[in-house]
Amino acid sequence: MTTNAVEVRDLQVTRGDIHVLHGLDLDIDGGVTGLLGPSGCGKTTLMRCLVGVQQVDGGTVTVFGEDAGSVPLRHRIGYHTQAASVYDDLTVLENLQFFARVRGLDDDACRRAVEAVDLTSHDRHVVGRLSGGQRSRASLAVALLGEPDLLVLDEPTVGLDPVLRKELWELFHRLADAGSAVFVSSHVMDEAERCDRLLLMREGEIIADGTPAEIKERTGAADAEHAFLTLVTEHAGKHARREMEAER
Amino acid sequence: MSPRITMAVTRRVLTQLRRDHRTMAMLLFLPTLLMTLLWWMFKDTPAQVFDSIGPSLLALFPFFIMFLVTSVTTLRERSSGTLERLLAMPMGKLDFLFGYALAFGLMAALQSVIAVAVSVGFLGMDVVGPVWLLTVVAVLDAVLGSALGLFVSAFAQTEFQAVQFMPAVVVPQMLLCGLLVPRDQLPTVLSQISDVLPLSYAVDAMQHLMVSATTGEVWQNLVIVSAFAVAGLGLGAATLRRRTP
Repeated sequence: MTTNAVEVRDLQVTRGDIHVLHGLDLDIDGGVTGLLGPSGCGKTTLMRCLVGVQQVDGGTVTVFGEDAGSVPLRHRIGYHTQAASVYDDLTVLENLQFFARVRGLDDDACRRAVEAVDLTSHDRHVVGRLSGGQRSRASLAVALLGEPDLLVLDEPTVGLDPVLRKELWELFHRLADAGSAVFVSSHVMDEAERCDRLLLMREGEIIADGTPAEIKERTGAADAEHAFLTLVTEHAGKHARREMEAER
Repeated sequence: MSPRITMAVTRRVLTQLRRDHRTMAMLLFLPTLLMTLLWWMFKDTPAQVFDSIGPSLLALFPFFIMFLVTSVTTLRERSSGTLERLLAMPMGKLDFLFGYALAFGLMAALQSVIAVAVSVGFLGMDVVGPVWLLTVVAVLDAVLGSALGLFVSAFAQTEFQAVQFMPAVVVPQMLLCGLLVPRDQLPTVLSQISDVLPLSYAVDAMQHLMVSATTGEVWQNLVIVSAFAVAGLGLGAATLRRRTP
């Protein structure tokens, strides 16, 4: 019955006193799905919901037909948090070996993950002494361990050089071709073009959903950034109209 | 719970400690140095002060140090995002806590063995009861410190707060454990409070070993201390939340 990797229905989340998500509906399937939007729009909150570490006020999140965060899913999801979540006092390899042991994976999986993020030449360096970009890649490698069925990557390419960014996006597509669902967030609009499907998010709502080409065509914009700006203006207009009607 | 995951945590914590030479050195030798300082202070006084308070401090120092180290380390894990990542993986809460408890328990054992060996062997501390049992008490005290440290780290949002839990949680226990005033001479209310504080039982065990060769009472105290340690770990597990706001 379930065909989508991820199904989100009427999801509501409050963080502090801010209503971050107010009744979000979303399906995500295979391929590389990009979640773009300004910082603070709810991207990280949505991703935390998929992984099952976010307290939710209402609604459901289903991943591969199971409740998000349930035990069987914990082997099948790779999660990259926005800030690098690795141990600074361990080497790249020691970090990977630790997380691999937790997942029940072998050293071969570690080696593949290190290669994927191009850190093989630094794998015996202590993470705390690496550059910011290298540290972030070490953290990404942990998410890639064991080629999980769903990859939830929160801004994995921030602060990386263009060559590496291109390589990583190629990697995401290879993983998607091999059958993983890849869900990537970014606030850099030029990365939008690299997604199979693009979700534009603003203030906890998905304001556009389609292939990059479709979105550009619909808005008549030359690139994703202008498409986004057009959509934001439209969206704000719609909101204002709705409010005026409500007042009447 | 899975032994594979628990051991993975233990191994990782020990690797981290091995890389941090300064912390390692302090963990291993600080209680011994403090015991030596105490011995030196009372070297020229006629009363046997070192013999009378030394064993209690052998219970106290490891408790104190392990409490601090553990609460800060676990807090670091909570705030760096690695805990969130682990809890999104097939990591049981008890795997996490026991993994830490094993690693720090091992360090605590080494620390206490060195402190007891130096105190009894070189500083001439007089103990009537068996020295090995004295070591067991010291090790358990350190494990207790770790367990309570794990527990309180849940209530600290910053490392500043975590450090201040030490005067809040540890110092009252130090004052009421019978080291300064025998527990039966405390005002009734304080004496009753000291009855529910774990360190009191640790110090009772040490003071008993100091003057008596019988071990029955010591084992009773050890059971109580262990129960507190297990309760600390259990409460610690309850405070680890997979889903956070």
